[in-house]
Amino acid sequence: MYVAVKGGERAIENAHRLLAHARRGDQAVPEVTLDQISEQLGLAVDRTMSEGSLYDRELAALAIKQARGDLIEAIFLVRAFRATLPRFGASEPVDTGAMRVERRVSSTFKDIPGGQILGPTFDYTHRLLDPALAQGFVPEAPATAEAVTAATPRVTDILGRDGLIESSPQAEPDAPVGDLTREPLDFPADRDLRLQNLARGDEGFLLAMGYSTQRGYGRNHPFAGEIRFGEVEVEFFAEDVGFAVPLGSIELTECQMVNQFKGSATEAPCFTRGYGLAFGQSERKTMSMALVDRALRARELGEEVTAPAQDEEFVMSHSDNVQATGFVEHLKLPHYVDFQSELGLLRKLRKEFAEANDVEPMQEAAE
Amino acid sequence: MKLSIITDNFDPASLAIKMTQQDSQQIQRKAAMAVLVHAEAGEIAARLRNIPLPAHETLREPENGLVMLRGRVGGDGAPFNLGEATVSRAAVRLAGGEVGFGYTLGRDGEKARLIALCDALVQSREFGVAVEREVVAPLRENLAAQRKQRAAETAATKVDFYTMVRGEG
Repeated sequence: MYVAVKGGERAIENAHRLLAHARRGDQAVPEVTLDQISEQLGLAVDRTMSEGSLYDRELAALAIKQARGDLIEAIFLVRAFRATLPRFGASEPVDTGAMRVERRVSSTFKDIPGGQILGPTFDYTHRLLDPALAQGFVPEAPATAEAVTAATPRVTDILGRDGLIESSPQAEPDAPVGDLTREPLDFPADRDLRLQNLARGDEGFLLAMGYSTQRGYGRNHPFAGEIRFGEVEVEFFAEDVGFAVPLGSIELTECQMVNQFKGSATEAPCFTRGYGLAFGQSERKTMSMALVDRALRARELGEEVTAPAQDEEFVMSHSDNVQATGFVEHLKLPHYVDFQSELGLLRKLRKEFAEANDVEPMQEAAE
Repeated sequence: MKLSIITDNFDPASLAIKMTQQDSQQIQRKAAMAVLVHAEAGEIAARLRNIPLPAHETLREPENGLVMLRGRVGGDGAPFNLGEATVSRAAVRLAGGEVGFGYTLGRDGEKARLIALCDALVQSREFGVAVEREVVAPLRENLAAQRKQRAAETAATKVDFYTMVRGEG
């Protein structure tokens, strides 16, 4: 029988109209502006930019507003937008060592050169709801102190000088940088692709994966060697200009995880490492990313792959929340024809079962 | 490590002299861009009103696009793609023939055009000094003041450890 699948246009149109109304909420309450979202819900904007894989605070704020605060929906909107723009090229790699640090902590060395700088952090707050924020809260002006212009070298650079930690893998000359927005994912994947995947991966997923390594599913004995947050300058080699032009600065969070050491008959033992980098102030994300990055190096480091966090196909295929939500949520779209065929098959099987077991088939109401 | 000095090595030294003029202009252009990208379009436009502008045309209309931002594995290793950023770009030509380029993060085409205009002016014998004095220098001062304030606020959150001596209180 032919099943009509047309129809519903008016219902869809009216549903979207109702959505717009619901999004606005009580119109006696002032409308939230993009500036308010960007300034006052900054960490939601940071997450949307990271996982939307597009650095643009204003667009991320718009996406959050349009998505009614549903960040995965906002991330989806940002991803869809990026597909509408041409790509001019790739930036010069940013130098996180030259970051204008606004926060920088190490759990491995108390007296790191440049110091432990707490910056704007939730750490050491008591996690008690603050009723003062419920209305018209005006914060105190920040305290100031004389800033020393001392360099803030990465902790891993300091350890590296003594050979106590493995050095970062260097690029093969002229090797292209893998880009999973251009080529479909293929396994085994190199570290550049893995880091790109993790950088845009879902924070919750990476948190759970990172946590699983700590609980023993692929344990790698981590220390937060350093977490830093601040501004870095971005440069882009523009062919028409003939030199690398400054584009402005972006905020980044970087996490250097220092992990269990390895050594061999030919190599002195040294710490291994995992790396996390994300847009904005995203500490939970970068720490989780660094744990998972390290776990995914199991094969390279000759460790037995036993846990989900060490399985790159498992991690990389499930980290993307836009892909994941697309597949999960598509289940609610009409599957009438698929379901009809399953239903037909089920009825046939039940009839056969009844005949074989000599019972009276039940008459179904819908039949 | 032994560092070579210029007298060891005459060839690169003489090449360096030839390159100097072009290089110094490039350094100047880059330094101006590094300030302008941090300013708002309105601020640049307001500053530009302080100098009599030569005739100029928009060589390339402002265009928005993406640049893939790259990081390095471990901060100092092989590059990887972190995620994209929106970028706007434009090009402007002065009546004197100088071509300027404007690139900036974001989607503000007017800002890209103004940076391109400034870049052309920086290269011009006639306007180079004025654009530095009236536009770039004051914006550089603003930027430095903002950064200094931020650094001072950050510095106040630096931890001063003191050691508790065992046996005391």
